[in-house]
Amino acid sequence: MDTIDKLTILAAAAKYDVACTSSGVDRKGQKGGIGNASSAGICHSFAADGRCITLLKVLLSNSCVYDCCYCVNRRSNDIRRATFEPRELAELTIQFYKRNYIEGLFLSSAVIRNPDYTCEQMIKLLEILRNEYRFGGYIHAKAIPGADERLIRKLGLLTDRMSVNIELPSQESLKLLAPDKNKESILGPMALISQNIAESRELKRYKSAPQFAPAGQSTQIIVGATPETDYQILNLSAALYKKYGLKRVFFSAYMPVVEHKNLPALTSKPPLLREHRLYQADWLMRFYKFNASELLDEKNPNFNPYVDPKCSWALSHLDSFPVDVNTAPYEMLLRVPGIGLTSAERIIEARRVGPLNFDGLRKLGVALKRAQYFILCSGRAVEGLKMSHESILRGLLSDRSMRLMDGTMGEQLSLFDDTFVTREDVLKCLTGQI
Amino acid sequence: MLDRPDLIYRYDGSFEGLMCCVYESFYKREMPLSIISREEAQQSLFEAREIVTDNAKAARVMKAVKEKISGEAMRLVYRAYLTDLRDREVHILRFLVLGFKCGAKVLKMLTDDRVAILYKAVTRLGNEAELLRGFVRFSDFGGGLVATIEPKNNVLPLLKHHFMSRYPGGSFIIYDKTHRLALVVYKGQSRIVQSDDFVPPSPEMDELRYRAMWKRFYNTIAVEGRENPKCRMSHMPKRYWAHLTEMQEISDSGRLAGDDKAALKSVQEKRGKIKTRAVNFDCQELV
Repeated sequence: MDTIDKLTILAAAAKYDVACTSSGVDRKGQKGGIGNASSAGICHSFAADGRCITLLKVLLSNSCVYDCCYCVNRRSNDIRRATFEPRELAELTIQFYKRNYIEGLFLSSAVIRNPDYTCEQMIKLLEILRNEYRFGGYIHAKAIPGADERLIRKLGLLTDRMSVNIELPSQESLKLLAPDKNKESILGPMALISQNIAESRELKRYKSAPQFAPAGQSTQIIVGATPETDYQILNLSAALYKKYGLKRVFFSAYMPVVEHKNLPALTSKPPLLREHRLYQADWLMRFYKFNASELLDEKNPNFNPYVDPKCSWALSHLDSFPVDVNTAPYEMLLRVPGIGLTSAERIIEARRVGPLNFDGLRKLGVALKRAQYFILCSGRAVEGLKMSHESILRGLLSDRSMRLMDGTMGEQLSLFDDTFVTREDVLKCLTGQI
Repeated sequence: MLDRPDLIYRYDGSFEGLMCCVYESFYKREMPLSIISREEAQQSLFEAREIVTDNAKAARVMKAVKEKISGEAMRLVYRAYLTDLRDREVHILRFLVLGFKCGAKVLKMLTDDRVAILYKAVTRLGNEAELLRGFVRFSDFGGGLVATIEPKNNVLPLLKHHFMSRYPGGSFIIYDKTHRLALVVYKGQSRIVQSDDFVPPSPEMDELRYRAMWKRFYNTIAVEGRENPKCRMSHMPKRYWAHLTEMQEISDSGRLAGDDKAALKSVQEKRGKIKTRAVNFDCQELV
């Protein structure tokens, strides 16, 4: 089989893994080698689905010995199979990298023969890249659950980031859809990786030892295949950040690729808006210092489809507002809808040389359309501002949500009334537009 | 400083030349209506005063900016010079007038129009450079890499370090078609040169094969059912597509189409031609 045919099969098999970042590590190019890494990450292209392409994302093989019902690669599925030779894929990676198509390699694999053998093949490939080509670009490898600890350790020393996908957000869902796996078989390797990362950081203080996955660990959770609420998913990801020191938790709207009685029908649409809201919340937790418990609770376990989680929080905490931009602390500025990380920093800078007014805020990049309801400039609000629930809500809604609202609810909407159209209705309208 | 709405400065388009315009303006205590490069001047009807580039004067201005305002201000000014901001020269001059008056705190005066306009333009420059770090597409010609870009801003000085680190000790050319400049790196030595007629060589067989594979990968990796042309367009604006391998119509089979065969024939003779004139001053330390 030609390399291009293998590439087609093994890229198609890898595309549902959403993680495609090259972030978290800075490394200069070494003489005699090829490649560097930049901690902000670099997007090289954007696919037709609007997602960024950073890494050559492929499986080493899709010939799997397992039979997980939700997986396209399961043994009993009748599909074309292919396996890269380690050297073949190393060469392809270098050729793509040289042309600046990619930032590096995202390597995963179905289980060939057994977990140890699979892991050994991956190591062989990465050793060719790192040692023969002296490749300094980014490498992300998926840990193969069930592989020997020493092999996982070896793999980690060759990579920048490692990941183990949780996929299903609860033990019950795992039991239902992936009877071969259990919580321990996933969390075990995750704990092992996080322990290795911690030890490697410790060692780094004393000598320039090779580092274990210096860009940290990530995971992926499928959203919408099983009945967990946003609250459960958010709590799970918060716990993962805390307990295993994960760098990123990715969410993937479930795409029905397999027909099964325990799975949503093949005709169901992926819950893209829900995925989007979860990412927004994830962002708030990682950069805006929000806690999961502030964003959702048992009474309100799902995100509002119309307004983003930050606006939602502000609306239910109107007593904390308005804040004066000339005196409010950075942490509070971050909580104002319409003020982002950059504009909050700029406000802090600019107010050192003189008081800010609304015109000045606009120049700093503050979205006054949303922010105006929550801020004062030296004690004064925007002139002629209407502070009714109706007007605030209209200010916070995106144009798209606005059109939706107008179509369904007309002028009667109220902020605190929960008689919104159902999430499913919204999804039908929004699918594919986010 | 005297406003001179009747006065236009004409300079050679180089950064040093612009610094000499700043020198002239302060020396004569006058604010010209505009500052234009010689190239623009050819299309202009107005008389203009020729400002001769003098590296010693330029160095004096740069030293003064660093000492009396700050190094950060110098960096901002150099970057603003690289942007596509209309009348950027005069905006830079106005900023410097304010800067010499207020000192280092000028950089915090983000709501002053004279400062905000530079920051905004420089942000756009930075954003474009960041995009191009990903969107540059090299072709391999027996070890030498060649790429063409068509950016709005003059991003080459901002790309240099990244790509030199990416290919340590390597040789490559990035040609900026908009500004007719080429970043030439040969065995770890770099220069940015002017070049009006850059013709990249024709691709060889192997090169075409990898292009086809990349295009195939690109088409395969998108998840059907999630097509989102708007989102793709906002992240990867259409004006970059002309130089993106994956957005070209190429034979997907990896075999050569008719045009490619013709190209392959001429590859032996046609090598990259590049007429060069070195650009004076390398503002390496400012980037």
